[in-house]
Amino acid sequence: MSSVIGSETSPTDTGDVPVTATPEGRRPRFSSNAFRSLAVAMWKGFVRDRAAVFFTLFFPLFFIIIFGTVFTDGGTAKGKIALVGDVSVIQQLPPDAKAAIDKTLELKTGLTRDEALHELRKDDLDGVLEQHGNRLELKVSNGDQVGAATVQGVLGSVVDSTNIAVTGQQPRYTLSSSSVQDESLKAIQYVTPGMIGYGIAVGATFGAATTLVEWRKRKVLRRLRLAPVPTSSIVTSRVAVSLAIALFQLAVFVGVGMVLGLRLTGSWYMAVPLTLCGTLAFLSIGLFCGSVATSSEAAVGMANLITLPMGFLSGAFIPLEAAPGWIQAIAKVLPMGWLVQGLKDTMVRGEGPAAAILPMLLTLGFAAVVTLIATRFFSWEDS
Amino acid sequence: MTDTIEVQGLVKRYAGKAVVDDVSFTVREGEFFGLLGPNGAGKTTTLEMIEGLRRPDAGSVVLLGEAPWPRNPRLLPRIGVQLQATAFFDRLTAREQLSTFGSLYDAPAGRVDEMLELVGLADKAGTQAEKLSGGQSQRLSIACALVHDPDVVFLDEPTAALDPQARRNLWDLLREINGRGKTVVLTTHYMDEAEILCDRVAIIDEGRILRMGPPADLVRGLSAPTRISVERAALGLDDARSLPGAESAEQDATSTVITSRTPAPVLAALAERDALAGLQVRGATLEDVFLELTGRAYRA
Repeated sequence: MSSVIGSETSPTDTGDVPVTATPEGRRPRFSSNAFRSLAVAMWKGFVRDRAAVFFTLFFPLFFIIIFGTVFTDGGTAKGKIALVGDVSVIQQLPPDAKAAIDKTLELKTGLTRDEALHELRKDDLDGVLEQHGNRLELKVSNGDQVGAATVQGVLGSVVDSTNIAVTGQQPRYTLSSSSVQDESLKAIQYVTPGMIGYGIAVGATFGAATTLVEWRKRKVLRRLRLAPVPTSSIVTSRVAVSLAIALFQLAVFVGVGMVLGLRLTGSWYMAVPLTLCGTLAFLSIGLFCGSVATSSEAAVGMANLITLPMGFLSGAFIPLEAAPGWIQAIAKVLPMGWLVQGLKDTMVRGEGPAAAILPMLLTLGFAAVVTLIATRFFSWEDS
Repeated sequence: MTDTIEVQGLVKRYAGKAVVDDVSFTVREGEFFGLLGPNGAGKTTTLEMIEGLRRPDAGSVVLLGEAPWPRNPRLLPRIGVQLQATAFFDRLTAREQLSTFGSLYDAPAGRVDEMLELVGLADKAGTQAEKLSGGQSQRLSIACALVHDPDVVFLDEPTAALDPQARRNLWDLLREINGRGKTVVLTTHYMDEAEILCDRVAIIDEGRILRMGPPADLVRGLSAPTRISVERAALGLDDARSLPGAESAEQDATSTVITSRTPAPVLAALAERDALAGLQVRGATLEDVFLELTGRAYRA
């Protein structure tokens, strides 16, 4: 028996068998076999996890369906004005001019002057219009200044064009305008890109964070380290699965959106590279959460704490155009903000492929920086 | 003869305290070797240093002629490590776990069914690992450690928290594995397990090896007395004391117990008197050796 206690320096009697190896050649080479089987294992683990599938797929889908069906008529409500007494300028307009006014204004007749003014004070009306000879008198409320301005503008232009028509001259200048966005301006146009951004953020962040924590806690990472598998195979398989999930989400969300009336504009295909870059950014957040947290509950909490406010501050749930300025400012420094912005620009605002370049570069840069930070916290085992 | 494992003066300290304190032993090829000791004795840390998961603070490990630290990819395909029964991929079936682990080693696909058969889980192949019983998932984790046909198998408390049937079931499996020529290193805090399974055991406590050898030798070396008991009605107390070789005797409600270091003449005398009704002979066990070595102080 060779259990000589305390003989630390005694030579080993293994003869000519080399006991020390040079560091070179010690790293296992990337194995496509290992990559494939790990990716398949992670994919199966995802599709069999009902909660994960719900939050990455059905939860954003609910938002798309709810916003897409409930808020179908976008744009602001028509301005309502009451015509008191005889307002012949408006009432005797030719039919095509009358139709144009009906698009923006709802005209009410049959109210007495007092009734009309009472409703105006309650902001049930946007204006009350009277005609005294050749003079039109419009009363508006200060309660709804946007509505008042709309009414004033529309009526002003009606008066102008009527004046020109009375002179019998052809107008020298004409203005024709059309919207650069899809004309319908439906809510679905804004909700779909927003939910793509939020959905892939949740999928990638939670996927990476919980896999990392669970595998470390349950010693799967240790088991992988005991197998001749390089770290690159493990990392790339996780990234590949998250990218595949994100593309699947993109296809489903766009598909359902189109059923609900989503109309894609010119360079919508840039949503694919945008989604891939965004996924890398959210994977880095997940890697960070998974490295810092010691339990999957903590990891999920952290991931929620990051993705949920980010969703609100990035215009994923609400259109940023209607949000206060400070939210718009914050959205400009968040990866989900860049992503949602890029998706909206290319998918519904009709901008060219170039509009996706900056968001892609920003998300990739974010991914690189956060990954670098996360690796400083990463460990294979719970200490 | 080349030893499969050679451990020399191994030391590991945590926060200044030596958890493994100058441990040395060798394991021969094909041997079933046990590290026996209470929880916290340093068994697992010793194993982890041999497997190359931890760097020793002092001492050396040679495993299959190679140094396991730092992570040595040439060594990894030749060792199988059974971890906790929870080290599985999420929501994969028993078969999928095995084929995933197998593909990490480029193991032939046929090994999966062979392993399921070996550990008796062929009928559970389609069950997700999370839904297996304690004994079943323990057997699956052993199958996962064997799927690439390693030369050396490390098992860290494989029968902890198993019911008696599952334990015996697993013992048969471990003997079968050893019978196939694998060198097996096992840690356990069950004395009976070490006694039944191991060719040699090292009794380890507070990071030090206290005694090492085949279980039978360790028990014999203790020279602890044998206790022979028969039914009380068959033998009176005075008769018992007067038997040749009897050192002492006592009686309780049901039996007369004779203590002797030379049980053979006592048994012969009992047979002569036809006083063998309810005979029980209990020799010393590894547990006695352990208690002798470590004292009986209560440990939490």
